[in-house]
Amino acid sequence: MNHSRREAIKTGGGLLALLLSAGILKPGEALAQADAFSMKTLAEALRAVGAQNPAASNAIVFKAPAIAENGAVVPVAVESKLPGTESITLLVEKNPTPLVASFVIPAGTTGSISTRVKMGQTSDVYALVKAEGKFYMAKQEIKITLGGCGG
Amino acid sequence: MADPMRIRATARDGAVNVKVLMSHEMETGQRKDSSGKLVPAHYIRSVTATHQGKTVLTAQWGPAVSKNPYLEFDFKGGQKGDKVVVTWEDNKGEKRSDEGVIN
Repeated sequence: MNHSRREAIKTGGGLLALLLSAGILKPGEALAQADAFSMKTLAEALRAVGAQNPAASNAIVFKAPAIAENGAVVPVAVESKLPGTESITLLVEKNPTPLVASFVIPAGTTGSISTRVKMGQTSDVYALVKAEGKFYMAKQEIKITLGGCGG
Repeated sequence: MADPMRIRATARDGAVNVKVLMSHEMETGQRKDSSGKLVPAHYIRSVTATHQGKTVLTAQWGPAVSKNPYLEFDFKGGQKGDKVVVTWEDNKGEKRSDEGVIN
């Protein structure tokens, strides 16, 4: 069991290397996902998802409280009125790893998402929207009275 | 096996509103237990929602999504009686799939 798993991992790694060397997969694309979630700063996380200098946009509407009592459960809703919205990504600047969640919006699905996130402390929360191949961003500060990360 | 999700899908104004409540610890990997040891990270990493075999939403999550995650979205083209299937997979490879009927 253990042995075969090790073999599988080895083979998987070899395959990935092969795909990379053959140029079938670009390194950025292949590893961006896992990497982006481990980035420790907002700038790094944005770079890892391929969004450098996203334009500020008024067409992204935040529905989130200005003050949240419990950082473990902060309701956040984002609505993108940008035509051709392809994805919505949530980032909390001051969390240990800012990237929280990324949603891919296929055609036919409305550009609005609601979820609940954890916040370690008061921070700016960013909604990054990809629409027609371009990145746009909006932010809102949410004040936290009780942190939601750590014990 | 994780507890079932609660899925509510409602047709309104030509679109279907989907609300999903999942049952998952969403452990960040940064919290310490009473003996001071780090609790290993355990969180849902990917979520997929489909309607009649067509993907209507996919999501990639990190550990900062709240415990027992809540997700709400809308899609067009669903009829009453259709099924919406939601599947998640966590970082330990556990999976759970549940369905809701649009009403």
